[in-house]
Amino acid sequence: MLIINNLKASIGGKSILKGISLEVKPGEIHAIMGPNGSGKSTLAAVLAGREFVEVTEGTVTYFGKNLLEMAAEDRAKEGIFLGFQYPIEIPGVSMVNFMKTAVNEHRKHKGLDPLSASDFLKLMRDKKELVEIDSKLANRSVNEGFSGGEKKKNEIFQMAMLDPKLAILDETDSGLDIDALRIVANGVNKLKHPDNSFIVITHYQRLLDYIIPDVVHVLYDGRIVKTAGKELALELEEKGYDWIKKEIENNVEA
Amino acid sequence: MNGKSEITEKYLDLYKDNITKISGVSSPFINSFRAPALKKFSELGIPSKKDEAYKYTNLNVFFDHDYESYFMPLPSDFAEAEKFRCEVTNLDTHGIVLLNGFYPTVNEKLRQLPSGVWIGSLSEAAVRFKDIFEKHFGKYARSETDGLVHLNTAMASDGVFVYIPEGVTLNKPVQVVNLVQAGNDIFNQHRNLIIAEKNSNFSIIICDHTLSPQKFLTNSVTEIFVGENAHFDIIRVQNEHNNACKITNTFIHQEKNSVTSSNNITLHGGLIRNSTYHYLGGEGAESYSYGLFLADKWQHIDNFVNVDHAFPHCTSNQLFKGVLDDMSTGAFNGRILVRQDAQGTLAYQRNNNILLTDDAKMDSKPQLEIYADDVKCSHGATVGQLNDDALFYLQSRGINKREAKLMLMFGFAHEVIQNIKIEPLRERMDNLVMQRLKGELSRCASCMVKCG
Repeated sequence: MLIINNLKASIGGKSILKGISLEVKPGEIHAIMGPNGSGKSTLAAVLAGREFVEVTEGTVTYFGKNLLEMAAEDRAKEGIFLGFQYPIEIPGVSMVNFMKTAVNEHRKHKGLDPLSASDFLKLMRDKKELVEIDSKLANRSVNEGFSGGEKKKNEIFQMAMLDPKLAILDETDSGLDIDALRIVANGVNKLKHPDNSFIVITHYQRLLDYIIPDVVHVLYDGRIVKTAGKELALELEEKGYDWIKKEIENNVEA
Repeated sequence: MNGKSEITEKYLDLYKDNITKISGVSSPFINSFRAPALKKFSELGIPSKKDEAYKYTNLNVFFDHDYESYFMPLPSDFAEAEKFRCEVTNLDTHGIVLLNGFYPTVNEKLRQLPSGVWIGSLSEAAVRFKDIFEKHFGKYARSETDGLVHLNTAMASDGVFVYIPEGVTLNKPVQVVNLVQAGNDIFNQHRNLIIAEKNSNFSIIICDHTLSPQKFLTNSVTEIFVGENAHFDIIRVQNEHNNACKITNTFIHQEKNSVTSSNNITLHGGLIRNSTYHYLGGEGAESYSYGLFLADKWQHIDNFVNVDHAFPHCTSNQLFKGVLDDMSTGAFNGRILVRQDAQGTLAYQRNNNILLTDDAKMDSKPQLEIYADDVKCSHGATVGQLNDDALFYLQSRGINKREAKLMLMFGFAHEVIQNIKIEPLRERMDNLVMQRLKGELSRCASCMVKCG
């Protein structure tokens, strides 16, 4: 589904990603962990198509296509979804209008007619229930005045509405209390099916108590320095990141 | 040199040449204001960029022009105005049409609505409701700096009069449609007086339209009295062609515990200057002042707001926004004055503007003068482009860039529109704003002028 090969990227001339290779197959959940400043969010930004990140080397292939040549909106319509670490507040734009426009853009891309008003509202209702989001939130402006937890739940709600093939969740767990964390994780688990994949970016292991990854990668200083099964997350939780840092430094010295 | 500009002299001459005609159709009380106002106008003159309050607005191009005098409309003019129908769906109002600043002679000059409410011609009301009229007329429109207010007082002879007696709630809004239509270029001035007595509750919609393509200059003054505990909303919708200049001066005087809102929506217009003066003249009064403009080509839109906190525990809030395209320009002047006695004042101001091109220009000037200690005041002004993060957020959900920009601009504008409480009007404004942002013409359907 997604093949990243030796990806290097910089922001404002500063090199952030220093050669990342990664393959995600349909149905897999990949967790990307790592200390602050290791490049996790930059990787998410590159995949979603943010223009301020400059790709200097490497390739990203998504279902056989060159992802890096696609506009952000086209990536979305091809099934990529980014759950934002800091969802944006957009006063004056209602959630309903926002989602209706997005869903119908996706449908147009697939050659389908726009949803009727009643079908759309039914879809909203179903997905709200699925992700346990407060009904009232959908009547407000996009993220305006939402609490941190509500914003993150709203990301999961949008994901449910758009039914992506590859969802990248950028620190969706940060700032969540345990109830909100559970709701977010349940949402992911309910939306999981054999054909779609997730890249879950997280700083802490606790989200992975609820979302069980197939593969765990550790990103450090712009490189993936370790890849293993879900047990790696537990080891990181227990020992922190220092032992990995040391391991790398030792390797460099040696 | 006597210091007066040639342009000012021209309007002094206009007064001299026509004062007999004007006085002949006005009540002695209105006429008693004319000579002192002319004196004041003669001192202050037509505002120029040297005046602080007009620093960003050049009026010369409209004032330095020969207009046909228009001091007495012909009955035939009104035949056209009578045909005008507002086409906003489901908007049920008590309608009044003003043509070139005059109240039509075709029907009754004053109309009684339920519960003793009167609407109609100002000049007629000056005679028929002498006591009420004389209690309020000329009391609130005061300016030490703006010559145009005095020019209006010196020469205006008609306009709209609205009277809501004590305790009356008017469920349907009053709607005033200001039409400008003539065979020649004209300069017109009108004067409105709105009186909302104690405990009354009503709203007024003022729509400014141009119906023929001639060059027009309008200088209007509206005096509003809002009595104790009364609720009053004024919504002004401006949709004029690029060769028209509209100057509105609105003075809202509030008594104790009254609540007012003012909303100026400028969809289209060559040069527009809206001055709104809020006087919080009693404890516990609340005033909300909103404005939105969409400008393109060479249009220039200037909003000037003056909020005067004269008594304790009053609240005021200003929210003004502008979207500027092409080489259009705009200005915002927002003054908050908190007098020494006005303890416990809450006063907020926000001005946000979006420039869609490098050639568009916006000047924003907040002005806070605070003489009391126990005051909460804030102000913020931004002039910028659309928010990149918000744009990306929408794009990342599959919405193309063009549509995403449109949604953001609409959302930006809607923050002002949403304060209109009259639902059919609010929906209509949303639609017109959307059409305007899409580059479609947003004129009301019955407008014959091909704007733009």
